[in-house]
Amino acid sequence: MSIEYLGLSEISGPLVVLEGIQDAFYEEVVEFVVDKNRRKKGRIIAVDKDKAVIQVFDSTDDMSLKNTHTRLNGRPMEIGLSLEILGRTFNGLGEPIDGLGRIAPEVVRDVNGLPLNPCTREYPRNYIRTGISAIDGLATLIRGQKLPIFSGNGLPHDQLAAQIVEQASLGEESEEAFGIVFAAMGVKYDVAEFFRRRFEESGVSSHVTMFLNLSNDPVAERLIAPKMALTAAEYLAFEKNMHILVILTDMTSYAEAMREISASKGEIPSRKGYPGYLYSEFAALYERAGIVRGREGSVTQIPILTMPNDDITHPIPDLTGYITEGQIVLERSLHQKNVYPPINVLPSLSRLMKDGIGAEYTREDHQDVANQLFSSYARVGEARDLASVIGEDELSDTDQKYLEFGKSFEQEFVAQGPNENRTIEETLDIGWKLLHILPREELDRIDTKILEKYYSQGEVR
Amino acid sequence: MSVTGKIYGINGPIITVKGNLGFKMSEMVYVGDRRLLGEVIGLKRDETIIQVFEETAGLRPGELVEGAGRAISVTLAPGIISNIFDGIERPLQLIGEKNGAYIPRGVNVDLLDRERKWETRITVKPQDVVREGMVIAEVPETAAILHKVMVPPNTEGIVLWTADDGDYTIEEPLVKIRKTDGTEETLTMTQQWPIRIPRPVQRRYPADRPLITGQRILDTLFPIAKGGTAAIPGGFGTGKTMTQHQIAKWSDADIIIYIGCGERGNEMTNVLEEFSRLTDPKTGNLLMDRTTLIANTSNMPVAAREASIYTGLTLAEYYRDMGYHVAIMADSTSRWAEALRELSGRLEEMPAEEGFPAYLASRLSAFYERAGYVENLGGTDGSVTIIGAVSPQGGDFSEPVTQNTKRFVRCFLALDKALAYARHYPAINWLTSYTEYLGDLEGWYQRNVGDEFIPCRNELLNILTTESRLNEIVKLIGSDVLPDDQKLVLEIARVIRLGFLQQNAFHAEDTFVPMEKQLEMMKIILYLYEKCKELVNVGMPVALLKENHIFEKIVSIKYDVANRELYKFEEYRQMVDAFYHGLLETNA
Repeated sequence: MSIEYLGLSEISGPLVVLEGIQDAFYEEVVEFVVDKNRRKKGRIIAVDKDKAVIQVFDSTDDMSLKNTHTRLNGRPMEIGLSLEILGRTFNGLGEPIDGLGRIAPEVVRDVNGLPLNPCTREYPRNYIRTGISAIDGLATLIRGQKLPIFSGNGLPHDQLAAQIVEQASLGEESEEAFGIVFAAMGVKYDVAEFFRRRFEESGVSSHVTMFLNLSNDPVAERLIAPKMALTAAEYLAFEKNMHILVILTDMTSYAEAMREISASKGEIPSRKGYPGYLYSEFAALYERAGIVRGREGSVTQIPILTMPNDDITHPIPDLTGYITEGQIVLERSLHQKNVYPPINVLPSLSRLMKDGIGAEYTREDHQDVANQLFSSYARVGEARDLASVIGEDELSDTDQKYLEFGKSFEQEFVAQGPNENRTIEETLDIGWKLLHILPREELDRIDTKILEKYYSQGEVR
Repeated sequence: MSVTGKIYGINGPIITVKGNLGFKMSEMVYVGDRRLLGEVIGLKRDETIIQVFEETAGLRPGELVEGAGRAISVTLAPGIISNIFDGIERPLQLIGEKNGAYIPRGVNVDLLDRERKWETRITVKPQDVVREGMVIAEVPETAAILHKVMVPPNTEGIVLWTADDGDYTIEEPLVKIRKTDGTEETLTMTQQWPIRIPRPVQRRYPADRPLITGQRILDTLFPIAKGGTAAIPGGFGTGKTMTQHQIAKWSDADIIIYIGCGERGNEMTNVLEEFSRLTDPKTGNLLMDRTTLIANTSNMPVAAREASIYTGLTLAEYYRDMGYHVAIMADSTSRWAEALRELSGRLEEMPAEEGFPAYLASRLSAFYERAGYVENLGGTDGSVTIIGAVSPQGGDFSEPVTQNTKRFVRCFLALDKALAYARHYPAINWLTSYTEYLGDLEGWYQRNVGDEFIPCRNELLNILTTESRLNEIVKLIGSDVLPDDQKLVLEIARVIRLGFLQQNAFHAEDTFVPMEKQLEMMKIILYLYEKCKELVNVGMPVALLKENHIFEKIVSIKYDVANRELYKFEEYRQMVDAFYHGLLETNA
């Protein structure tokens, strides 16, 4: 399969069209040689008889319709994997960029992955202690879950993700192997560097594999980087029995890249110019989290996305929320009040929480406390609205109590130090202490027995 | 001789074949060397357009496309119940056993087990005249379901021969008949039926029996009729899936077809695990013994997602024809609509609203119209109830899928973000939801629950509506300034919201509540209201009434009174009386 084609018939942005080819297949990898010396890679994204549309994983700047030789690889996009990838840094195409040379692959995998059979999945149940009250207490992270961080530009999502990674890995029982796969899609150099430094400082960098596509790297490569990362994660988890945390940042850039390619391809846009298959493409990434029955390891995903204009109904967070198992939402107004982490607990949610907490996993009162905190904090919003109309002094006693509760909740429960690692008991006890601010009859979400057992404790602590 | 052609172009799940080769619309085709399943969706003068139900990466132009000579169909025979299929009825359990954790491309498996012998009892004898839909044999398919082997539609004749009662596979001959045109036909347990064509029925009945779900807000406020249609729209995290799970678990349908259409893999795993563990409270059988799952998770091929809805419907109609009441949970119809949009985009069709194809509305209406309470061909009654989840973009109900769905369903259960944020579950908003079935079902409620049921229900809704009106005022000036009778409405509405509407799916007693208890709960709340009103009328402030913990006690009836202990309501009634007289005496 080594026929070389000379020349191209069209170049448009990151896409080129090649005519007169034989035997090309969908998703096949091609190699270009420009002016006989510069090598580039590409991927076929549409075939029509003898015409192929190819996405170039590099700039098309120096390519002309004449100076390019194209060779079809006969293979889909693949990555060579072995345990050596731990501690290494790659570009979005899986080529090492840390100057330590190539790795010796044990296996070669198609990066597109295959859908996991629901019958062979294991339903995730083990909770991961992140040491962050707002997450552990109210939107518990479960091993094998996909729990994105919905953020906005300028909010500390990177710090939060780094803190989750550090504290979650510290919390592991030491015998179990853990690892981190980090995929950067179109993020700034500083962001990638921030993560690298944090991993180094916390001494986990020998367990980290990084795939970096920075904001000035080719757009087409951005679409491959997360697939590379997830293929590596699946390999480590399901073949090497490791518990893998995958950080994908920034999903918004990934979607933008898809829109750009789709537009160059001349496809019919759906919402806000994004292609109609955005949901399917997101799902192909997010659904790769999970646990396979009978295997030791797990893939847990923490994708980060910045909501354009802080709008949670924008297609990117919207479609993500429909696929992932919950979300952690950062809120600008909390950030402005100097609350770190600025997690707005009301829209935050962990769908797998209900099966991973309680007497068996955390503590018997966990679900009730969480429900009550949610319900009471929702009421705080109403009291605040009312206060802004009629003034705080005019509020009823109960509403005043709610205002007090709301303030303490944000300052004591949600807020914590960037290195503070709370146990689940500490988190729940803070919860009880705060609930004690409210009159007992307002606590209508808690089972009477649990209320009797714990309510008085709030007083003491 | 089957029609063949060669792949010309590939664009995601859509492939084209050049030339007019004689493929038929909706014909099933095998695509490429791995024989991927596909369906003809467009014919032009010199081009055939095919959607492929499997991942197309790796296909090359020039590979063979072969027509199967029949429309894309499902195989109908014992072995469907308690199974889990993908969007085109391939058994996932078996694929898992053969291929490991992942679903590879081009898997070739039998749709239903052809080896397994089923215990069969023949119900006809030679010389009997049999018509379409008549039962010729019975097979206990699971502990809960007796599978009735029927004469396929459009077939009738005289029985010439029958097999003896015994164990047979789904392909062995059971009955031979001579048809009216003189030809002979051998009937087995197996039928094929094209998924896009509704199975014929004798006639349709009005929907006048409710689907009892044990969920208070559904059964009491917004009931769904057997054979009816309902939509559950809601943004992410509002509890669509949980609501569907609850209905699938506890409703009084005989069979549940649960279609996970473009949803999460872990959710399907959860249903599978949970339903294999939980038992049906009415029969004591495992829930899985009456359930079929169809799983096209969001990362499975998009064309199969489009088909999964029809596959599920056809299976449901097949069991309806046996005389069962079947309920379909379609989670989520928006993913199906988006699959239509994605395919339509690939076909470069002219988009209508928000990029959805112009035929979205007609497809939706055709889908929901396949529900119904019918007399089937065999002369028995059966029903198909469709409950579809809708995932509106950005939680905005004005988008095309929600709006078009609203036109074709008669029960609309709107999930509310604010309720979900406050963890009020089920987060069904009682002000924006509606049901058109109440009038049809009134008679049933009067006969089976009690005359006072409908008036109580209306009174409950009335209090809730008044509360919302009062809340508008409270938002502006606070609740302290309201007169006491209005304060009382707020208090009672709170009792209704917490004690009645809110239902805990994880509480052993509260997860399913029989109609009788629902009625008693309503009555005691309204009794409390009545007595409180009298107290307020003689000038007692609501603050004084609240000092007694009677409100809290009524709220926790849902936990404190077990479903079997309805006699305890009498104690509560006395408690209310004691509270009433006590207050009157001390403050007279």
